[in-house]
Amino acid sequence: MASRSYDIKSYTGFKFITLACLVILYAPLVVVTIYSFNASKSITVWEGLSLRWYVDVFVGPESEKFKLAAMNSFVIAIIAATVSTTIATLAATAVVRGGNFRLRTASLGLISLPLMVPEIVTAVATLIFFNAIGFDRGLMTILMAHIAFCIPFAYLPISARMQGIEDTYEQAAMDLYATKRQAFTRILLPLMMPGIISGFLLAFIVSLDDFIITNFVKGAGVETLPTAIFGAVKQGIKPNIMAISTMLLGLSVIMVTISYFISKSDNTK
Amino acid sequence: MTGGAPNSGGATTDTYAKARTWLLMPAWLVLLVLSLTPVALMLVYSFLTKEFRGGVIWDFSLAAYDQFFFDRGLFGDEPARIEWTYIGIFWRSIWQAGAATVLSLLIGFPTAYFIATRPEKARPIWVFLVTIPYWVNLLIRTVSMKFLLRDQGPLNDFLMFTGLIDSPIHIINTNFAVQLGLFYSYLPFMVLPIYAAVERYNFTLSEAAADLYASKWVTLRRILLPAVKPGVVAGCILVFVPSLGSFLAPDLLGGAKNFMIGSLIEEQFKGNAGNWPFGAAASMILLTLVLIILIMFTRQQAKSNKAGG
Repeated sequence: MASRSYDIKSYTGFKFITLACLVILYAPLVVVTIYSFNASKSITVWEGLSLRWYVDVFVGPESEKFKLAAMNSFVIAIIAATVSTTIATLAATAVVRGGNFRLRTASLGLISLPLMVPEIVTAVATLIFFNAIGFDRGLMTILMAHIAFCIPFAYLPISARMQGIEDTYEQAAMDLYATKRQAFTRILLPLMMPGIISGFLLAFIVSLDDFIITNFVKGAGVETLPTAIFGAVKQGIKPNIMAISTMLLGLSVIMVTISYFISKSDNTK
Repeated sequence: MTGGAPNSGGATTDTYAKARTWLLMPAWLVLLVLSLTPVALMLVYSFLTKEFRGGVIWDFSLAAYDQFFFDRGLFGDEPARIEWTYIGIFWRSIWQAGAATVLSLLIGFPTAYFIATRPEKARPIWVFLVTIPYWVNLLIRTVSMKFLLRDQGPLNDFLMFTGLIDSPIHIINTNFAVQLGLFYSYLPFMVLPIYAAVERYNFTLSEAAADLYASKWVTLRRILLPAVKPGVVAGCILVFVPSLGSFLAPDLLGGAKNFMIGSLIEEQFKGNAGNWPFGAAASMILLTLVLIILIMFTRQQAKSNKAGG
């Protein structure tokens, strides 16, 4: 029986397609990573391994531009991720631990709004908003747009985590005369940490990676890494762009991996 | 992560019911001001008069929508005819997004099915492998794709090296390149909901079909597919909707000939054409299109939930 039920589940070719799918997904990233170590000035010719373009990113003629853009990107991503994670944690507590109330569905809808509206529409709408209220475009407008856009990404892992935590822990604490505030900060919040950390990391990556919204709401001359890379790529793909891309790519992979292992760890047992 | 609405299910308690207004306040404030109000303002802007070199004049006007749908000649004094340029761009976008969705389904369904039938412990690792590239910067992924597909790029080098082709195949700046880029951008959105549906599927149904002499492919088509259809539909929506308004894939992989809605909108605000009301109107039409798709989807899901008991 066991052997037949396995047989029933497997279809010829599905394994091959899955492997092909992984090859398609990873091939472009692997190729760019390899070519970022190319010694040649040309992106077509391979002349052996070298760290030359990584050095170029940090001390080359364009290094100042990229350093400033990286600085902007990281500062915005850290602030946007912190603020949106805090907002999402509070909102998740109300939605998951606040009983049934009239605005519950509306709140969920509002939180997922940035996910349902196409990104380019969000970008246009946000630009129009800042124009209408006469707010000068610059780093501040990028930050505000990112905070709003990151909330649903932080919210999803946090609320998923909270739904997985039974409220018996908080009840036990309150039976022992803990106040609700104490039950929240000493019991729920520590149990929530894996969800909060993965929410923060996802929000951080989403902010760091965003191009479309940033491109619309940034002021003239203000660049983040993605807008700087886009501007450079318009002139053609250069080896130093591949080095920057590889570094950003590595950072994303590391952060998602951390997020994966943290969200898998279960501290309620 | 899947881009859908946050799950409203799961057990809820009312421990913090008294504080919920304060807990929700920051989220409401930020999202009302920075998400909902901007969309409302965009609707208003689409009915204003354009200011040359960007911005608007606060005079009510239907000019943006008129320009989108009607052609009144160079001086605006000829009888109105249907303007096909912009409808054509929307149509091409729908077609491109549709092709990318089909491509994602053809690759994504077998992949999701394969992952869902792995031993339980191995599944998260497979899912993780498929989702990692999604978290890599979309711009970098698209640029990497462009680098790989170039006429003198590694793919052509490799194919010529193996002797499969004699001269480089030209992929960049074609419709297919854009479809490939869109497929590459949103594939995990197809895999994840189908994976979730197949994982919930009760395989004793397939066994029953096999006992009644159904072949494997008949079982797949007649038993499995109807059962996991909500997951398939969800996957298609999650790939189609973001593809429709995408900007990077058509801009970097498609070149000037393969213009899509995203580029049309971007040009109104960033380029020299600068017509804000027209850009706002095009965005409104795109948003309406997306909302119609989402509403149809919600209804369909509600119906199939009911049918499923």
